[in-house]
Amino acid sequence: MIACQEKKPYWKIRPQKGWNPLDLLELWAYREVLWMLALRDIKLRYKQTALGVVWVILQPLLPGLIFAVIFGKFARLPSDGQPYLLFVFSGLIPWMLFSNMIQRSGGSLVTEARLITKVYFPRMLVPLASGVSVLVDFFVSMGLMFFLMVLYGVPLQPVLGLLPIFLLTAILLGAGIGLWLSALNVKYRDFMYALPFLVQVWMFATPVVYGMAVVPEKWRFLYSFNPMVGVVEGFRLCFLGKSSVGVEHIALSVGAALAFFILGSLYFRSVERGFADKL
Amino acid sequence: MSEVAIRIEGLGKCYRLRHQGAVRYNTLRDDLVNWMKAPFQFLSGREKKGACEQEDFWALRDISCEIKHGEVVGIIGRNGAGKSTLLKILSRLVDPTEGGADLFGRVGALLEVGTGFHPELTGRENIYLSGAILGMTRHEIQRKFDEIVTFAEIEKFLDTPAKYYSSGMYMRLGFAVAAHLEPEILVVDEVLAVGDVQFQKKCLGKMKDVSVSGRTVLFVSHNMSAIRSLCSRAILLKDGRVAADGDVEKVTEAYMALHTDSKAFAGNLAAHPGASGSKKVVFEWARVGHGDGVENGQFCIGDDLHIEFKIKAGAKVVESFLKLGIMMRSQDGIKLCSLVDSDSGFVMDDFCAECELSVKLEDMRLYPGTYYITLWVGDITSINTYHWVEECLSFEVIDGGKLTSRKLSRAGGLLFWTPEWKKNNIKQGHE
Repeated sequence: MIACQEKKPYWKIRPQKGWNPLDLLELWAYREVLWMLALRDIKLRYKQTALGVVWVILQPLLPGLIFAVIFGKFARLPSDGQPYLLFVFSGLIPWMLFSNMIQRSGGSLVTEARLITKVYFPRMLVPLASGVSVLVDFFVSMGLMFFLMVLYGVPLQPVLGLLPIFLLTAILLGAGIGLWLSALNVKYRDFMYALPFLVQVWMFATPVVYGMAVVPEKWRFLYSFNPMVGVVEGFRLCFLGKSSVGVEHIALSVGAALAFFILGSLYFRSVERGFADKL
Repeated sequence: MSEVAIRIEGLGKCYRLRHQGAVRYNTLRDDLVNWMKAPFQFLSGREKKGACEQEDFWALRDISCEIKHGEVVGIIGRNGAGKSTLLKILSRLVDPTEGGADLFGRVGALLEVGTGFHPELTGRENIYLSGAILGMTRHEIQRKFDEIVTFAEIEKFLDTPAKYYSSGMYMRLGFAVAAHLEPEILVVDEVLAVGDVQFQKKCLGKMKDVSVSGRTVLFVSHNMSAIRSLCSRAILLKDGRVAADGDVEKVTEAYMALHTDSKAFAGNLAAHPGASGSKKVVFEWARVGHGDGVENGQFCIGDDLHIEFKIKAGAKVVESFLKLGIMMRSQDGIKLCSLVDSDSGFVMDDFCAECELSVKLEDMRLYPGTYYITLWVGDITSINTYHWVEECLSFEVIDGGKLTSRKLSRAGGLLFWTPEWKKNNIKQGHE
């Protein structure tokens, strides 16, 4: 055997302290695990349901219809001159993407406790995979939106090209907050119970069932500190070509999304090494 | 080969024990208060200095060793000696508190059978999922797919959800996926302790293939005969430290010798090193003897064996329904039997504070050798363990007695049976 120089260790195990940067190389190396976990989530979601995939369509459609009846018909909330169903649906799509992402990834680590205490892979993949699985629902609701637009005879707008910006912002924001919540949930299960309320309150603080136009001009900037404001109004702008959202609001959303994602992943990385002990 | 595969230096793991009542659990409110006091310290997740002082429990301490490529090393020790903690650190599930370890090569860790399996998914889906989680690429799994399916013997049920599998099938599939991993370093926990005998044999055979293929294997087990047949070297852990390291025969002997220490604990089983469980009900004392109330650990084949013990409520409120179990192991670590009270038609349904029990095993037919007894008490569903005292008693079967007329070799087996022999003369020719 040739005497060779000592190789670099494949795994270097040391006590870790302080902040850990995001290890993108490692995440990339484990990308297949992310994909398999997401695929599993999608497969599992509608197993043993009679309606199966129909739920993917019903889930955004039913709240859309309910909101259209309650807020459009009875409360007569203004909808910028658009059919209220389209109006509320264009807001619901990004909102459901975001809220499903934080709800699913928030509890994911606790649900996957068994896996996390038995095998190593970057822990971040668990909440991220839950997030990825939500994207499937999102694309189905997008299809539904286009269908509704054809039904109502609303033409596609050239601003639709901007959609990827808002989509990416929503994903970053959802992933960032999801990472944060999932890690906090390991330590304090309180978050599991608080989350549904948070999501509900947050929805009404976001222009989903009403338009940003109803918010008085002088409050709009403050209002858009809720990063979902820019995202939801951005989606509405792309679909319906009309919105009171300004560039400054969108910039705030993008900035907040980046900040949440960076801080969320940093926090996650700094506490992940204790997961196996705490779960 | 002389290249190092695993180098462990001064490895230690400290757990903070929290005694109920004495120190409160960290609640969100406590942490919010701490956070107000020192926001940056809290955010960085750093433990506060001095917080880990009073209730330190070192599950592992000062572990140092080097394992070369191609070595097959057994890790042995009682429950609670730190074996699992060591494996968890080496497979990166938990962080060490001090020291470190370097692993040179792709690592595969098997801490359970069927990692990542989901009961709702089919066998096929589970193979891909579990394979990916254990570190195989999609391509690798595709290549070995047929081999895995054949090994697990589940061809017919490939597209059936795993929840409809028998537990045997589940185990087989789990092991099959794991066995087809091809890491350079394989870390295996007692996964072989499951499944039927035939399957265990198959697993051991597979493990043997792996060990001769030049891969580095770290193998934790209670099964001394498995350790002896697979490993060339063993490391004995005791109270979180390395008690012996070297030739497998010598170290397994040292492990056996540990048991003689345990006699000293006969008076106080709650403090026994092999004890675990919630201690809602505890064994106070236990002895083996000939039924005359005196501890006597020597028997001849054919003697009656009496196991006597006292159980006592450890908590104020105790269910009156209990289940009791007795497990026996041979010197080689082979599990002989698991006796459960209800199998003998005995039901413990009126337990209040304490009681003494005796178990009489008539006409004991074990071969000469030393045997170890583990006692267990739990709730009637056997889900909750109240007290489990690993190998707290031992007895010796010596040569002699009414039944034996020849010298029995220890290698001759475990059971001395005297079945009925019959002869049937076949008439040859005519009278």
